[in-house]
Formats: sequence, structure tokens, C-alpha cells
Amino acid sequence: MSTTTTNEIENTVIESLKTFGAKAEDITRDATWEAIDVDSLDLAELAQVVEDEHGVKMEGDDMKHIKTVGDAIDFITEKKAA
Amino acid sequence: MPRRELPDVVVTGIGAVTPLGVGASTLHDRWTAGASAFRDGEAPCADFEPTDHLSMKEARRADRFTQFGVVASDEALRSAGWADELPYDPFRIGCVLGTGIGGIGTLEGNHDKLRDKGARDVSPLAIPLMMSNAGSAALSLRHGLKGPIFSVVSACAAGGHAIGTAMRAIQCGDAQAVVTGGSEAALTPLSRASFASMSALSPTGVSRPFDNRRDGFVMGEGAAVLVLEDGESARARGATILATVRGYGATGDAHHLTAPDSEGAGGARAMMLAMADAGLTAADIDYVNAHGTSTQLNDRAETAALKIALGDYARKIPVSSTKSAIGHLLGAAGAVEAVATVQALRDRISPPTLGYDEPEDGMDLDYVPNFAQPMTTASDERAVALSNSFGFGGHNVTLCLETA
Repeated sequence: MSTTTTNEIENTVIESLKTFGAKAEDITRDATWEAIDVDSLDLAELAQVVEDEHGVKMEGDDMKHIKTVGDAIDFITEKKAA
Repeated sequence: MPRRELPDVVVTGIGAVTPLGVGASTLHDRWTAGASAFRDGEAPCADFEPTDHLSMKEARRADRFTQFGVVASDEALRSAGWADELPYDPFRIGCVLGTGIGGIGTLEGNHDKLRDKGARDVSPLAIPLMMSNAGSAALSLRHGLKGPIFSVVSACAAGGHAIGTAMRAIQCGDAQAVVTGGSEAALTPLSRASFASMSALSPTGVSRPFDNRRDGFVMGEGAAVLVLEDGESARARGATILATVRGYGATGDAHHLTAPDSEGAGGARAMMLAMADAGLTAADIDYVNAHGTSTQLNDRAETAALKIALGDYARKIPVSSTKSAIGHLLGAAGAVEAVATVQALRDRISPPTLGYDEPEDGMDLDYVPNFAQPMTTASDERAVALSNSFGFGGHNVTLCLETA
């Protein structure tokens, strides 16, 4: 997986979260969904954007283990590389 | 059967977002001054910017009709003195909001996505934004209201039904207070085309209720919210009482899917029920805020209904239509007009029916043409009004409102 791709994925996630209303300065790799007020509806929207831009599906069971911004970026990066 | 004695229900807060601007007093001041808000055959809330009032997250989690409702509710709760803290157990505070259509803008936008890009592009927010109960749900969330929370849907009578239902919830003891009103945002392509294809909209884009030249309604958008409280509880907490909801009457025409009964029987009965509920008669009524849509059928039928309900007093009581200034706000209309009526009664002023110049034969009431008039009251102690809301489907609602 190239750095460019990882950056693109990070960019997708961060820009989506900003659209949902999270503050840019609060969006760090360690930030939990609760900390940046991201809920299940936001995650459903994020999954749509990610599938659209990167062709990676984030579905029910996957979501259970994704609890931080970093978890999401890593999950998408790994799935895209697979 | 004699009615049992019911608790009085008072209005302690009002708020509005209308085509005349944000704020209940903006509506009252501008309408009574003769301002109207039409542009290109519609009455949009053109200056309303959601993020002036809501965070980005709140704004995108709400269809425009809900945004209007939330902003109106913020004002209403502030005016009731509820801004910092709810005065009662949250489980004893309800929310009943009316809408004609709900989130039709959201529905249309997502239908476009479905058609153009397929099912996977439809937003997970589509349902929670478009559902007709989104307004009451949003107010419950925003203000922590945990009593009976629901929306009522009865086309253009929904705002009136919501307030009447809220009043009853308090009288029956289901809640100590209810945040109520109505909201609508239906200036959308499908809604425009649908109303136009049934010839309900004015082809000239002019709202002139009761005038001989009227040719249909002009669609507006917006919301109004009222805080209703059990009178005893409100007085105990030292609240400022803006008005009393004295009576509520609701009937159905059982006549036609969209046309009102031309004899006005159902509308008349709603008015008579509201007066009886208030323990008042036509002699006590100082003003009528008419449904007055500017359609041929409504205005004629409503005039007939007023003559039945008010008898000899019909020609003496000023009757005017808020829709002459802001158009028809559909499911928000009854609530916006209640908020306008409360302020008109408070200031003892009958707001005008704008654009009224040419009488129609047989429509000979005092429609308060073009200029507000001082309101003469039957009693020195109070001013009393009826506010009518009628809807497609034959829904008729009358509220009887009183101010000191």
C-alpha cells in the first residue's frame, strides 16, 4: 500500500467527519467516536463515502471493532490492500 | 352531557420563523404594518440561514421543516423563561407538532439520488429527516422533553390540531406543559407541481384572500411554536401569561377529498364547538383570524361558515387572513396564525387582509382591508379571538384564544 493511498484514505475519513460536524482540531487518530460526537448514522454515511471513493465495504460486524478514527483508517487501508 | 370542569391552559412562550423573518414579533410588527413577503409567486423564508441558529451537525441532521421548528422552539422556550432549565419534570412535558407533508425536500433529493446513482447512494439520514414526526422528535432531543412526543398530520389544519391536542393533553393530565406548533418547508419542485396540477395554486402568484379576483393560494414556508402550560402550574412558578387557549373545536366535512363543503357546515361547527368549549358565545368574540387561503372555494365556504357560527355578529367582527402577508404555510399555518393572533389580541389590533379591494357578491364581512384597525373588545378585561384552520381531507379546526 503506497503512502499516497493511505493519505487519500485519511483524507476521505477526515473530510467526511468534518462534514458531519466534527471539529478539525479534534479529529486525531486516537479520537473515539464519542469524543468527536460521531454516531451510528454518521458511520453509515462514512461507509457510503468510503465505498464510493475506495471501493471498500464497511459493514455491520466490521464496525463493531472500529472505535477510533485511526481504527477506521487502518481498516480501510488493510481492506484496500487485500 | 355537560362538560366537566377542565384546567385552564395558558400560553407562556411563542416563537416563529416566517417569510417575514425570524421571530414572533417580526411577524406581528411587519404584518400589522402592511408588509408582505412574496417573491416570484411564493413566500420563502429567504433570509433564513440554518447555521445562524444551529450547529453544522444539527443543521444537517434536520430537514428544512425541522430546522424551522427548532429555531421557533428556541425562541418560544426563551420567551417562556425555559432557556436555562425546564420548570417541570421532563416526563411531564410533551411536544406535539403539526406538519402537512414533513421532509419532502429530503424525499425529493434522495429520490433523485436513487434514480441517478442507485440505491446505495440514498442517504442513511433520508428516513430520519423526511419522517413527518421528525419535528417533534428534534424538539424533544434538543430540549430534553420526555413526555408525550408526537406529530400530527392533517394537511393545512395540522398546526391547529397540534395546539388543540396539546391543550387536551394538559387538561387530561397527560402532561403539565406541552411545546406545540407546526412547521412546513414544501417549496420544492414536486410539491409545487402537485399543487399546481390540481389548480390550487394562484397562477398569478397573488394572495388576496376574500377578494373577488382571488385565484388560488400562494405557498409559503416556516414554523411557529407555542409553550402551553397548565395554568395553575404556570402561575405557581410566576410565569408571564401571554394568553389562554380557551377553546378547541375540530370536525370533519365528510364531503370531498379536497374541496370544502360549500355550505360551511363543518367549519361552522368547529367554531361553535370552540366557543362552547370556551364557555363563550359569538357576542364575546372580538376578532377572527380566518383560514382565508385566497382560493375561490375556501374563502366563500369560510364566509358562509362564519355567518352560521357567529349569526348576527358575523358582520361586526373583524376577520382577516395572515395568508395575505405570508402565503399559505400549510401544516404550519394554524400555529403561525395562533402566534399572530395572540399578539394581535395583546395589542388590541386587528391585522389587515392585504390586497383586498374588490368584494364578491355575498361575501360581505369586515375583512379588515389593507390596513390594521384598532380592535374594539366586548369586555374591558379581555380580548378574544377565533383562529380557523381547514385542510384537504375536510379537516376543520378552530382555536379560541384570549389575552388579558
